[in-house]
Amino acid sequence: MTNDYNDIPGTIVFDAERSREGYHLNMFCMSLMKPENRAAFKADEAAYLQQFPMTEAQRQSILTRDWNGMLGLGGNIYFTSKLGAADGLSFQQLAGIMTGMGQPAYAEMMLKGGRSVEGNRSKKEQERG
Amino acid sequence: MARITAGVGTSHVPAIGAALDNGKAGDDYWKPLFAGYGPSKEWIAKVKPDVVILVYNDHASAFSLEVIPTFALGCAAEFAIADEGWGPRPVPPVVGHPKLAWHIAQSLILDEFDMTIVNQMPVDHGLTVPLSLMFGQPDAWPCPVIPLMVNVVQYPPPTGNRCYNLGKAIAKAVESFPEDLNVVIFGTGGMSHQLQGPRAGLINRQFDTEFLDNLTTDVPALVRKPHVEYMREAGSEGIEMVMWLIMRGALADDARETYRFYHVPASNTAVGHIILENPPAS
Repeated sequence: MTNDYNDIPGTIVFDAERSREGYHLNMFCMSLMKPENRAAFKADEAAYLQQFPMTEAQRQSILTRDWNGMLGLGGNIYFTSKLGAADGLSFQQLAGIMTGMGQPAYAEMMLKGGRSVEGNRSKKEQERG
Repeated sequence: MARITAGVGTSHVPAIGAALDNGKAGDDYWKPLFAGYGPSKEWIAKVKPDVVILVYNDHASAFSLEVIPTFALGCAAEFAIADEGWGPRPVPPVVGHPKLAWHIAQSLILDEFDMTIVNQMPVDHGLTVPLSLMFGQPDAWPCPVIPLMVNVVQYPPPTGNRCYNLGKAIAKAVESFPEDLNVVIFGTGGMSHQLQGPRAGLINRQFDTEFLDNLTTDVPALVRKPHVEYMREAGSEGIEMVMWLIMRGALADDARETYRFYHVPASNTAVGHIILENPPAS
């Protein structure tokens, strides 16, 4: 099924397909809301992840903190940011990583009014240049 | 009879709550934002609503992926403050209005809006930040609050048209409640923002301004706006703005804009705020 929103650059819409694919990844992130689970995860991350029937690629994306990779494998930002919080990362620090800008440059961009929508509306538009 | 007299639209950025809770409201970064809500706090202190209906979305706090209600109406006597990973916000518990909430739930369901009724629902920043912005930091919130939780995390959220019509049905439900109550409805979330991926940080002041304008000048254009347009123009999380259309639908067609404030940034997000007032009851 092709969806009109798949043309938005740098954006993964958390639709039915993503939700099916990412259910266990997201439920792992949700489990980190409990302090005892955070402690167990920190003590042995790989072992903790074995409790969740994820794909190996999903486990690797978590272990390597590949934040955009997690989104591509069905992760949802409101869930993956719980892993970020468990790592002590703020939302802006996460955004700094996901955009490849680093937090200081990202924060500076936001202070200057944020990322412009011009040139960022559609992949087709970007290809045409 | 009960009556909705006004609507409040506001963003519900979590960093705003954190700034207040950590005593940073006077910092250079936050001062202009809180100043922008000063007139609104004075306004609502005069309006003295008996009940607030607060439309918001949960952010994987009360609901994960186990159960994803599209519209969930909080009918409990009290709602705990959610722990979003840093401990619950140090704000008063939210007292509900079960009698009115149940009345609205019944009326909506018979009006063919199949609501989920919730009696246990910790409320997160989506609900508490708008309360803080409008009421400050009191020992207890000045009135009961009926939470109306809308799914905007799992695509697709309800359409703008559905939200608008739900608002109309809420107004009808409130008006059929026999007690004299002054009800104010909040629509929260937005404005333009994207939290995820390489396009994070997107802000679109023009889109936001047109959205705020159209709340009074061209409501049909907002009601017809497809999801993809929000996501493309206002960022993937900008889709939260559909919740404002529930607030708008609950007001009279000729509701007037009496206050507006817009500010960039609050952390990752454009902050938009509007007050719409219904004409006096005839």
